[in-house]
Amino acid sequence: MLTGLHAKKRLQLFIGFAIGFGFGFLLQKGWVTRYDIIIAQLLLTDFTVLKVMLTALLTGMVGIHIFEHYKLVELHPKEGSMGGTVVGGLIFGVGFAVLGYCPGTVSGAAAQGSMDALAGGLPGILIGSWIFSEVYPKLEGTLLKKDKWGKVRIPELIGVGNWIVVVIVSILIMVFFGVLERFNL
Amino acid sequence: MKTKLAFGICVCLIALGCVLVGESWSQARDGSSVPQISVPQAETPHSLGLALTARRWSPYVVGFGIGLLVWLSFLLSNKTIGASGAYAKSAGMLEALVRSDSRQKAYYQKFVPKIDWEWMLVAGLIVGAFVSAVTSGDFRVEWVPPTWDAAAGHTPFLRWLTALIGGIILAIGARLAGGCTSGHGISGTLQLVVISWVATLCFFVSGVATAFIIYRIIL
Repeated sequence: MLTGLHAKKRLQLFIGFAIGFGFGFLLQKGWVTRYDIIIAQLLLTDFTVLKVMLTALLTGMVGIHIFEHYKLVELHPKEGSMGGTVVGGLIFGVGFAVLGYCPGTVSGAAAQGSMDALAGGLPGILIGSWIFSEVYPKLEGTLLKKDKWGKVRIPELIGVGNWIVVVIVSILIMVFFGVLERFNL
Repeated sequence: MKTKLAFGICVCLIALGCVLVGESWSQARDGSSVPQISVPQAETPHSLGLALTARRWSPYVVGFGIGLLVWLSFLLSNKTIGASGAYAKSAGMLEALVRSDSRQKAYYQKFVPKIDWEWMLVAGLIVGAFVSAVTSGDFRVEWVPPTWDAAAGHTPFLRWLTALIGGIILAIGARLAGGCTSGHGISGTLQLVVISWVATLCFFVSGVATAFIIYRIIL
């Protein structure tokens, strides 16, 4: 691991900015910073959003597991509770469809001139984040603790090696792409 | 016990997803009520310069590029890509401007509001999207998105109010779930984390259901 590089705080902020720049550039080029494309995905008439996400998943998954095998990176599984994840995920989905952007793409949309993202979406997300910080003490010991899962990964859950899962997920994604292209979606 | 619970939840979500897909296909055959917006297809450019200023890239190229950025963030910064946390930090920093004691709040004690790697990532995202839009001639002030315009009319206020409410719901959901479409949907799933797969499934099942209610029933 490049621990020396990781310790350089200022340089790290710059790297974060540079990776964000690439991320925003790609999201805009992929048209996923558009309300119309995201709503068409949620209405299942256009699969651009899932194609982008699943290609990123596939590329990232294969690379990160190879790097991890050679000890170049360490994994950062998110910790969480099943209660908070399912309830939060379902609430997020409602907001996703009502807003028509997600937290990353709403910023990209504002930057390309979509005024609903700038005047509605961004202030909304800031207000929502603030509301959460206010009610956090009540949730901390209840919903967010419910059925704590920690950092469990799929290979550990079903008791097989990483590579079997990586290969199976890769095949499933490619079959899904094949089906999408077959039906011109 | 946990395995059974997770398995049960996944089966329910997938079943609901299948019902919605079937429903949408049968509706598509009957002639969809949703306005079809014409969007340019991805072009095949003949040089790198043309590619950088093309209006649209293939989603597979974009996804591959994002995958490479994930590699870089792991290798160079020991970090994962995620967007929603930066808004929580921004909200905290804004609150600190108006309330001096806000840093004492339990949430901000645990998630300190400051300019960090994730915050810089979203700052870079804004600049990157802006540069992409401007160099491809795609930057323009758009008061209401075409799909919304065709279904609900072109009054900006109604769309903006909807977007504001959507943003509030989205942020609360992201904080409860501990991530969003990038943090869970890309970074978490690619590390094969169980709760990230559950979260992403929930995002889309609930998103599809809500979009169907909005566009097939309300509008």
